[in-house]
Amino acid sequence: MQRVEGEIKQKAHELLKSGVVSSVLAWKKGDLVYDAAPAFFKSPNALEDMVYNGFCCSNLSKYLIEKDSENEKVLVFLKPCDTYSLNQLLSNHRVIKDKIYAVGIGCDGKIDIEKLRAKGVKGILEIEEDGESLKIQTLYGDETCVRRDILLEKCLNCKGKDHMVYDELIGSELSEETALGDKFSQVDELEKMSSDDRFEFWRCELSKCIRCNACRNVCPSCTCRKCVFDNPHSGVNAKVNVTDFEENMFHIIRAFHVAGRCSDCGECTRVCPQGIPLQLLNRKFIKDINNFYGDFQAGETVESRSPLFDYNFEDIEPNVISKGRGIN
Amino acid sequence: MQDLVKEKPFKPLVVSFCCNWCSYAGADLAGSSRLEYPAEVKIIRIPCSCRVDPLFVLRAFQRGADGVIINGCHPGDCHYSTGNYYTRRRMAMLFSMLDFIGIEKERTRLEWVSAAEGARFASVMNEFVGELREMGENKRLGDIRCKE
Repeated sequence: MQRVEGEIKQKAHELLKSGVVSSVLAWKKGDLVYDAAPAFFKSPNALEDMVYNGFCCSNLSKYLIEKDSENEKVLVFLKPCDTYSLNQLLSNHRVIKDKIYAVGIGCDGKIDIEKLRAKGVKGILEIEEDGESLKIQTLYGDETCVRRDILLEKCLNCKGKDHMVYDELIGSELSEETALGDKFSQVDELEKMSSDDRFEFWRCELSKCIRCNACRNVCPSCTCRKCVFDNPHSGVNAKVNVTDFEENMFHIIRAFHVAGRCSDCGECTRVCPQGIPLQLLNRKFIKDINNFYGDFQAGETVESRSPLFDYNFEDIEPNVISKGRGIN
Repeated sequence: MQDLVKEKPFKPLVVSFCCNWCSYAGADLAGSSRLEYPAEVKIIRIPCSCRVDPLFVLRAFQRGADGVIINGCHPGDCHYSTGNYYTRRRMAMLFSMLDFIGIEKERTRLEWVSAAEGARFASVMNEFVGELREMGENKRLGDIRCKE
């Protein structure tokens, strides 16, 4: 990865200096080693702070929105999963391809700091990524970790290491498969539970919600200029939830509004400060869409049409899905 | 106890979205044919079944509905050619999600009722309300602020 970082920086430097692009969208070093955050770099000198390591997990595609109105071109570095989101944004006309220069970069799974903390690793000073293992320097001595054990949830359900859209590739040969298997296993498990247990499960999870809107704001598919939740009359813009209804409604609608466009990038789960498995809701929609309307992966191509903007004469009836009832 | 239950039978509140071109006329026909269907059914006229936003359904539950039923033209008969095909996909997704969250799936329904099917409208409503009577009050998707 260190080699890839060097190449990325060099590329950014080159393109910025030659004036091909006027800004670079990448990850910036934070106060702590695991704090890498998305940032725009406008000058070659600023690139010193640029990083690419196991903590560069944020999906940069969303930051390209509204960049099309400016008279400039942006260089953006995208991991394989981010390119699905970019394709989705391109097909929704929220990003114009001519205004960006997309460089696909290799990814071997990103690290979940919460999982590291749960392992009791504290006071992290430096992390050296060495293939399958991590060497961590902490205030209390050195530690080593197996990379696979501390990967982000979304990386364990990786869609693959191929880039869907790019102008150039860097270090993609270093990508290592991280997917563990069936991404719908958790959804299946929940579906097997009784209705009461499921309700209980979701009440426990959703009641943690603090309505910070992070899941909505980070979602690369959720890009309306006017959002239903920003409407002061929507009844759900309260800072604190007054009733269970608001939580249920917010999360159902949030997931519904991206159904058929969600590329399963997992950012919603990652950013949730309360640790709610929000991606499960989106996965449920993805699973249903695959089951009823044929396999579909949002963002695979720019031309693909969302299943909810489409129809078939022989589509299944909702009542058949829920019980096979209905008067004939 | 038996007497008490008898005294105050549960009256479910049912919101029925009816498409202007078929189901609303179907409901009208049910009325003019003097067919009986429960008074608990509140009809909301909509231009097409695909006008029903998933939010409408949730909103109805919030305001105290015990069941929501959406009625549209039969597939192929939509006044706007394709509206009800979209409804079918959308509502299939929504109902499945509500079930996933743990809201009883019997509380939501999508039915096709044409303008000539007054009898069908009445029988659908009778059946739906009958089921809801057995199920009782909607407690999982209500809003305490909307309670009287």
